[in-house]
Amino acid sequence: MTTDTTTKSQEAAAVPPPGRASGKKRVQQGHKRLLTRRDRITLAFMAGVPTVLHVLLVWVTALASILLAFTSWDGIGFDSIKWVGLDNFQQLFNDNPQFWPAVQHNVIWFVVLILLPTPFGLFLAVQLDKKIRFSRVYQTAFFLPVVISLACIGFVWQLIYNPDTGLINSLIGANKPGHYIDWIGDPNLNLWAVLVAASWRHTGYMMILYLAGLKSVDPSLREASALDGANEWQTFKNVIFPTLRPTNTIVLVVTIIESLRAFDLVFVFNKGAQGTELLSILVTNNIIGESSRIGYGSAIAVVLLFISLIVIIPYLIATFRKERRA
Amino acid sequence: MRISPSGLHVPGPSRRNVIRGAGSAALLAGAGIPLLSACGGSGSSGSDSKTVSLGSNASDAVPKKAYQSVYDAFKKSSGVTVKVNTKDHNTFQEQINSYLQGTPDDVFNWFAGYRMQFFAAKGLASPIDDVWEKIGANFPDAMKKLSKGADGKYYFVPLTTYPWAVFYRKSVFQAKGYTVPTTWDELVALCKQMKKDGLVPIAFGDKDAWPAMGTFDQINFRLNGYDFHVELMAGKAAWTDSKVKDVFDHWAELLPYHQDGFMGRTWQDAAQTLVSKKAGMYLLGTFVAQQFTNASDLADLDFFPFPEINSAYGQDTVEAPTDGFMVSKSPKNHDGVVKLLEYLGTPAAEETYLKTDPSVVAASSKASTAAYSTLQKKAFDMIGGAKSLTQFMDRDSRPDFTSTVMQPGLQKFLQNPKGVDSLLSSIERQKKTIFASE
Repeated sequence: MTTDTTTKSQEAAAVPPPGRASGKKRVQQGHKRLLTRRDRITLAFMAGVPTVLHVLLVWVTALASILLAFTSWDGIGFDSIKWVGLDNFQQLFNDNPQFWPAVQHNVIWFVVLILLPTPFGLFLAVQLDKKIRFSRVYQTAFFLPVVISLACIGFVWQLIYNPDTGLINSLIGANKPGHYIDWIGDPNLNLWAVLVAASWRHTGYMMILYLAGLKSVDPSLREASALDGANEWQTFKNVIFPTLRPTNTIVLVVTIIESLRAFDLVFVFNKGAQGTELLSILVTNNIIGESSRIGYGSAIAVVLLFISLIVIIPYLIATFRKERRA
Repeated sequence: MRISPSGLHVPGPSRRNVIRGAGSAALLAGAGIPLLSACGGSGSSGSDSKTVSLGSNASDAVPKKAYQSVYDAFKKSSGVTVKVNTKDHNTFQEQINSYLQGTPDDVFNWFAGYRMQFFAAKGLASPIDDVWEKIGANFPDAMKKLSKGADGKYYFVPLTTYPWAVFYRKSVFQAKGYTVPTTWDELVALCKQMKKDGLVPIAFGDKDAWPAMGTFDQINFRLNGYDFHVELMAGKAAWTDSKVKDVFDHWAELLPYHQDGFMGRTWQDAAQTLVSKKAGMYLLGTFVAQQFTNASDLADLDFFPFPEINSAYGQDTVEAPTDGFMVSKSPKNHDGVVKLLEYLGTPAAEETYLKTDPSVVAASSKASTAAYSTLQKKAFDMIGGAKSLTQFMDRDSRPDFTSTVMQPGLQKFLQNPKGVDSLLSSIERQKKTIFASE
């Protein structure tokens, strides 16, 4: 440990950093080593505590749930853990009537978020970037849904969609017997109803991301394309959008994560009843609560982890490759 | 790693730093683990002989106050204080596994039936045969049966109960000249008539997924009897049995008379249609009365037991979920616990409770019925006259089975009553794996 830090500081000293002068001063003041004992303890503590927490809360738990996915356990006492091999996965793929719809809904969730609110968020960002009047007010208004917790959003939209007293059915008179539109319960409708709420929120999120990206576009690029006689659409298509590439990557990753972890909104909306099953809700229903099918729930969580890895690993490989090139 | 100049970047330390950090982390890892494992204990303890701690799920205002009045009366008679630790009703239920394994209170609120037996069999509750020696005479046989674990020992002291039945408005039945149906055919005929008269025959809301279980239970034990209900719930009878199919066929016959749009409606909203006299009947527990806030509406509310379907069983079974108390695995103040439970098993304790919460009835047959409302009296007689009492699908069966298989399964049936066969074989397959894991 000691040798490690000293070599590190020597390494650092070998490269002339901008703050060289102050370093000289310290040495002159009589400090033989750059890091005192206290510094090293502080450093070890600052690096150590987060690492321990990270290992315990992320790696240990992730590995534990992967292991548990091959067991059957009711959560009462460690001696009741039984090794069942691939049984959980077999049941999941063959017998669980909710599993495949859940996978499908997670995919639909992603496709809808990327096709509707994302372009709309970009559109709003482009409009707000034009320094129109009350820009701040609009920004706040569109971003507000992102600040509200998803549970509250679910609650509010559930009031709007309520079949008897909800806003929509009351307005269009669809709350009489024979004319019911069951936004929350009808399995052909409810996923889309929830997605409207999810998109409402996602638009604001995307708008802020793109707005930040647009602010960083060099104004001289616009000037240059204006001088070349490009119209607004041509400038956007050929100059601005290509420079937004890094933002697009972020948007893609954020949207994938949003669609995989989609949970709170639906859970408040109708607890993932038929039509709105999601993987995250299946995990919760099996693990949390009295049911405590911890092995089985873990198996679903492992499937979710696997899907996330398929998406995240290519992204990480791409970024690492870029970093190496840089 | 920088993705955009605007500061939106994924935080990523270079891998070299990570490895260096890991070295120092290894030093601290040893110290971190005992620290975390020490977090298990909860601060509450009632170790002195004058207090008994009690975990309560009575988070609603009325039951909370009613229970408190019972504990106050107990303190007056015995000098032992009950330290109540109240949690939100649903949270309590969801955390029950970890709660009972951790450092639970001496006594806790729970439900009779399979859900009680499950924890008794897992060794998470203490048998209380000594208490029952004193209080046994206060309860009818059906209640005694409900309080025993699978091993024949007592684990539960019941306090209150309430029946499920078909609720209706007396004034509506009078005005339209309806009579209370006592057989299945009469029920169907009444539904037809109500529909003709522009009423919603049967109010229904299944957003929370449990009300449908109540309808299933009623049709099942009317058609196949109490014993079959028990076997089916315990995972012994097959869901692919033609008897079960028959239940769904009966239900499908009644389904067109249920209120539209039930998948997105809560039971409270469904009850409102009965309050506003738009619906003719509603199958629910007596707690439906909570929605009748107007006294004259409440006085107009009445109920009848679900009609007979199979004459072999008549109307001999009543679904009467029973709430009461259990003792955790190693109570700190054993003598105090015994005293408390002996008190809770007396008619006096039940009478005290009902003074504040009149929506339920006493579990003891000795409790005075003088203060009962007409509805309560009727409920009490119905339960007292029942040959067998059931608890409700999710209290009579494994909670993991009912919540992950039956709730979505019944909702699927309600959406598509024609797909019963494939639904039942799917339920049976899932049931086998869940009950096999015991």
